[in-house]
Amino acid sequence: MQIQPILAALRRHRLATLLITMEIALACAVLCNACFLIASRWQQMQVNSGVDEAALATLKLTGYDDAHAVDLNARVLAGLRAIAGMQSVSVINAVPFGEHAGTAGITRDAAGQKFGGVVDFYVGGPGSFTALGLKVVAGRAPTAEDYQQPMHSFVPDEGSVLVTRALAEHLWPGVDPLGQQFWVDKFHFRVSGVVAHLARPHGGEGGPGTIQWSVFVPAQPGAHLSGVYLLRADPAQLPRVLRDARAAMAKIAPDAVVDSKDSQTLVELRSRYFRGDRAMSGILLGVIAALLLVTALGIVGLASFWVQQRTRQIGIRRALGATRGDILRYFQTENFLIVSFGIALGMLLAFALNLLLMTHYELPRLPLVYLPIGAAALWLLGQLAVLGPALRAAAVPPVVATRSV
Amino acid sequence: MFAYYLDLALRSLRRNKMLTALMVLAIAVGIGASMTTLTVMHLLSGDPLPGRSAQIFYPQVDPSPNPGKHHQPFDKMDYRSAVDLWTAQRADRQALVTSSALRLTAPGVNLPPLMARMLSTTADFFPMFKVPFRYGGRWTAQDDRQRARVVVISADLNAKLFGDANSVGRTLRLKDTDVRIVGVLAPWRPSPQFYDVAGGRYASGDTAGFYAKPEDVFAPFSSSLEINDGGFQPFTCWALMDGNVKLQNAPCVWLALWVQLDSPARVAAYARFVAGYAAQQKALGRFVHADNTRLLSLMQWLDLNQVVPSDVRLQTWLAFAFLLICLFNTVGLLLAKFLRRSSEIGVRRALGATRGAILAQCLVEAGLIGLLGGVGGWLLTLLGLWLVRSQRLEYSDLVHLDPAMFLITFALAIAASLLAGLLPALRASRLAPGLQLKTM
Repeated sequence: MQIQPILAALRRHRLATLLITMEIALACAVLCNACFLIASRWQQMQVNSGVDEAALATLKLTGYDDAHAVDLNARVLAGLRAIAGMQSVSVINAVPFGEHAGTAGITRDAAGQKFGGVVDFYVGGPGSFTALGLKVVAGRAPTAEDYQQPMHSFVPDEGSVLVTRALAEHLWPGVDPLGQQFWVDKFHFRVSGVVAHLARPHGGEGGPGTIQWSVFVPAQPGAHLSGVYLLRADPAQLPRVLRDARAAMAKIAPDAVVDSKDSQTLVELRSRYFRGDRAMSGILLGVIAALLLVTALGIVGLASFWVQQRTRQIGIRRALGATRGDILRYFQTENFLIVSFGIALGMLLAFALNLLLMTHYELPRLPLVYLPIGAAALWLLGQLAVLGPALRAAAVPPVVATRSV
Repeated sequence: MFAYYLDLALRSLRRNKMLTALMVLAIAVGIGASMTTLTVMHLLSGDPLPGRSAQIFYPQVDPSPNPGKHHQPFDKMDYRSAVDLWTAQRADRQALVTSSALRLTAPGVNLPPLMARMLSTTADFFPMFKVPFRYGGRWTAQDDRQRARVVVISADLNAKLFGDANSVGRTLRLKDTDVRIVGVLAPWRPSPQFYDVAGGRYASGDTAGFYAKPEDVFAPFSSSLEINDGGFQPFTCWALMDGNVKLQNAPCVWLALWVQLDSPARVAAYARFVAGYAAQQKALGRFVHADNTRLLSLMQWLDLNQVVPSDVRLQTWLAFAFLLICLFNTVGLLLAKFLRRSSEIGVRRALGATRGAILAQCLVEAGLIGLLGGVGGWLLTLLGLWLVRSQRLEYSDLVHLDPAMFLITFALAIAASLLAGLLPALRASRLAPGLQLKTM
């Protein structure tokens, strides 16, 4: 197949060629960036919370008097444990994908000079660590003694805590984290164990990179640790158990109000947490689909015009001995060349668009792998779109050459 | 002449229905996508207090005693600074604002207790922000001073508890205190809920919460401190807060002060007053950063907090990139359409039509396609807005197509198609008539 005559023909239609090239270039730029956005959202949605989400639910009470908190804890724990199918009930301050409760900046020294970042504290009463189903990868799980720490603020004054592997690597890179210490003002903690994963309740100020920066602190429930309960049941029974638990509150704790928005199964909380990301991914997918459709329609429209315009020339070529395959391949090659020009320009545009997005949003640089994907998609699209008009061109009989149009 | 061109355009569009449909569809999809996002942008980035926002200001001071350099004052104020500035009454109107949650029961109404959001504020809040009343009215400045047990409730809460009936004079129980209803608001839905906006810079774009509905209960600031003692949350603290100290004395910021200043001279005077207050507090040893004060207007404050969620801005960018692609598409197709009629144009030119006439004829045709695309775009915009409403976001109930955006839909569609048609039309009008006639 000779490319020279195709280029010569395209030079005669500079404006139309330029337009379709620009359209493909823009489509390539938007396509690459939209795919990248979808992939990064999808990656965020796959976050490993580290807990047995399917078996867990949370019940949140508000509106009670702090003075009655200890009494309320006792009543609620006893009352909920009586519900059929309930495997365990414990007090906790927050759950993954719920409201955050203990967010604070930590330091690696008592003087408060070596700042370690803003982390989330999960403070849990007896049984909560086991109920969460966290996986210990080093050190030990909290002992009964660890749960004796009284609370005077949002965390106990001191204690043995577990950190996530990600946080340990951030705070003490290359060092064994067991036995290391950190502080929040006067509160002092010592690392006794490391868990594989534990996502913080509500994202994190540092973006997706700090989602695993959590600390689990065992403590004694009391006035500062009350009102939020972690329920564990068989996943199949969990919705019924939670319903029963909420209904039971009217009797067990008439002085409190059930926060129905936050009293949910963790599966529901997770789904709600990522609702915005799911909606945005859906919109992006819709845009990609519409974009490819419009681009394909543009190619079909222009190719049809060119086929019609060149009917006589096609007839002459056929009369001079060109086969149907030659004509078909001519239009396919022409389309391939135009799309290739568009892709070359589109890759530059994709990077420019990515730079623009990076300045306005917390987005990393566009990985190179998206460029060949976008290019392949557009080449395929171009070939599919041009096939119809090209087949029509190939069907032009040689006799057309002898007719006047 | 226009009617004649319109007739020609209609004939031309009917001649090649497929190509016409492609162009109308491309414009409709592009317009639909951009108008959906633009409407959401318009609703979220608009002025929540039209006609008044320019006179509303948000003073800020820096009460932190830490010697480190602060770039900006805190987003809210500590109790003492806020109450000092409010008590001075140097502005035309001023209101303290803070929001908290508490248990609410309505005696005589058969509903379980519910957690309500309460706005603690002062009497000026209602006239300053033009809050509409359905029944009764606001409390007085005297009620503020006397810590009166009175409240104003929202239209939503009134509907829930009393079925929209006039509930002025009835009693509510807030936590453990009985309060009397003195006013019921008419439906009021500022977008964003500007008076609670703070901390947007730390939200990394996730600011949909700023478009939540206003609070259910409005109570005098002084009374609510007693009613919901211990129920207020600090915005942030510059030192560790002892759990046993009242928030009024804690090293924390949690109050917002809004002031109304009716003239530029008053604004300048008030800025001097706030700076003077900070200098005085520094002299007293309470402040370290006396120069770190600020007096932003309402719209400046909303800008600083980047209230429009970043997802919405991203969608708008995306939609306009998409519209641009649709336009390139339309340019290409119009070019094909006009040049296909080269011989017809050649005849018209040979019979005496000027280049301008050909240009006008082509543009009328392009505009007609834009109008048809606008109709499709309008329908797609309605579909898009319906999709946004079904997402259950905080601002979903706000989303609708107002008359201005309806007109903009068509203006944008026609402008876009005229722009797209300009190049092909110019090209068509420059065809050499002789050459076209010869090839016929």
